[in-house]
Amino acid sequence: MKTYKITSADDAFTAEVEKRSGQDLRECYQCGNCTAGCPFTFVYDIPVSNIMRLIQTGQRDEALQCSSIWLCATCQSCTTRCPNNIDVAGVMDHLRHMAREAGYASEKQVKAFIDAFLSSVEKHGRVYEMGLMVSYMTRTGRFFTDTDLAPKVLPKGKLSLKPHPIKGKDKIAAIFKRFREVQSR
Amino acid sequence: MNEEIRISYYPGCSGQGTSLEYETSTVGVCKALGVDLVELSDWSCCGSTPAHTVNHLLSCALSARNLTLAAEEGFATVTTPCPSCLANLKVAEHKMHKDSFREATNELLDTPYEGGVETKSVLQVLAEDVGYERVAARVKKPLEGLKVACYYGCIMNRPPEVMDFDDHEHPMAMDRLMEAVGAEVVPFPLKVECCGASFGIPQQKIVTTLSGKLLQAAQSLGVDAVVTACPLCQMNLDLRQGQINTFNNANYNLPVFYFTQLMAVAFDLGDDVQKMTRLIVDPSETLAKIGKVSEDAA
Repeated sequence: MKTYKITSADDAFTAEVEKRSGQDLRECYQCGNCTAGCPFTFVYDIPVSNIMRLIQTGQRDEALQCSSIWLCATCQSCTTRCPNNIDVAGVMDHLRHMAREAGYASEKQVKAFIDAFLSSVEKHGRVYEMGLMVSYMTRTGRFFTDTDLAPKVLPKGKLSLKPHPIKGKDKIAAIFKRFREVQSR
Repeated sequence: MNEEIRISYYPGCSGQGTSLEYETSTVGVCKALGVDLVELSDWSCCGSTPAHTVNHLLSCALSARNLTLAAEEGFATVTTPCPSCLANLKVAEHKMHKDSFREATNELLDTPYEGGVETKSVLQVLAEDVGYERVAARVKKPLEGLKVACYYGCIMNRPPEVMDFDDHEHPMAMDRLMEAVGAEVVPFPLKVECCGASFGIPQQKIVTTLSGKLLQAAQSLGVDAVVTACPLCQMNLDLRQGQINTFNNANYNLPVFYFTQLMAVAFDLGDDVQKMTRLIVDPSETLAKIGKVSEDAA
């Protein structure tokens, strides 16, 4: 098991996670129920219960630079099963927000997929699946992603070859524009 | 209960492409049961998982635009087949009860959302508003001899404070619908475990591992098929079944239906509603079993 050398505590980090998530993280007594039910522990570099402990002890860099926060699928198993009603999946979401804002992306392919998805929504108002795949491959250079599926998918017409833009797509683009303005304040 | 149900309908982006068969079977089954789905005009993407992993104001603004459209069209309730759309629309309504959050979200929108629109899954509408008896009464071709495992996925019922439907560890709505149309439903212990979600593209081994466990459990129960209510779950289990076999050195050959497709079979609706040919794992042998057991016994 990985051990952490906890030196100085960044109390401001603990307070910020609590404020953003609206959760009282002192309530976590490390029972490990979240990790026990988490389907993703097998790919995490830090199990979710340890991340909760790292927040309590103010270990900002360890928490925001780990891979786990990018590999959490928000399946809600942890939140649903926490005996102290902590919204653990919500905390993971807020750590991702903070990591992104700080310029960290420990799982670059995951971030590229998220970015490709949202840029498709911003452009068309709805997700254009084929465009999303092309955009993801361009962003990552992984041009052979799922190409084994192409012969199965294309004859079924499962991927539309043209986008379905909506009339109000400018309104969706405006949401993204205002969001960026708010973030840069 | 025979009164017509008229409800605002949010199809979701995948219904236009990868899950078109969920869309056609949802619309066809609802029509057959007297549920009038009124498609929300010019609906936009809810932002799905990517939006809420970036920022909750962005995610809720993308969802709230649609809730505002529904309110403007005079609806207090929206229904959607997709659990990811469902979760986002419900979370937006839930979070925007807090004044400061609602005001901050409305700063991103042309038209502010005032709250008060409820979102339900199509599964919930069929289970609760239509009811199992009315579903059973519409059956023309019972799914006798078909043994299925119902798989709900992770977010249809979780977290319970927000989703407010069925049991969050052991949901039964889909099981009961499948029983109502004559199928044999086995207790499926992994019915709310995650399939790996959208990691199939950036981290394929996550999906081949987690969805592999689901197929292994289903196969060990001796089912003919898996039944789903989520476009992403269905895609991982069906389209990626070959990748799952390669990764796990397995040989699964389990059809993965949307629950609405099997209801359409039982209602004897047309191929344009069922769209079985869109499934990747060929379901024809499985579908051919329907009714055979009772005929043999007779």
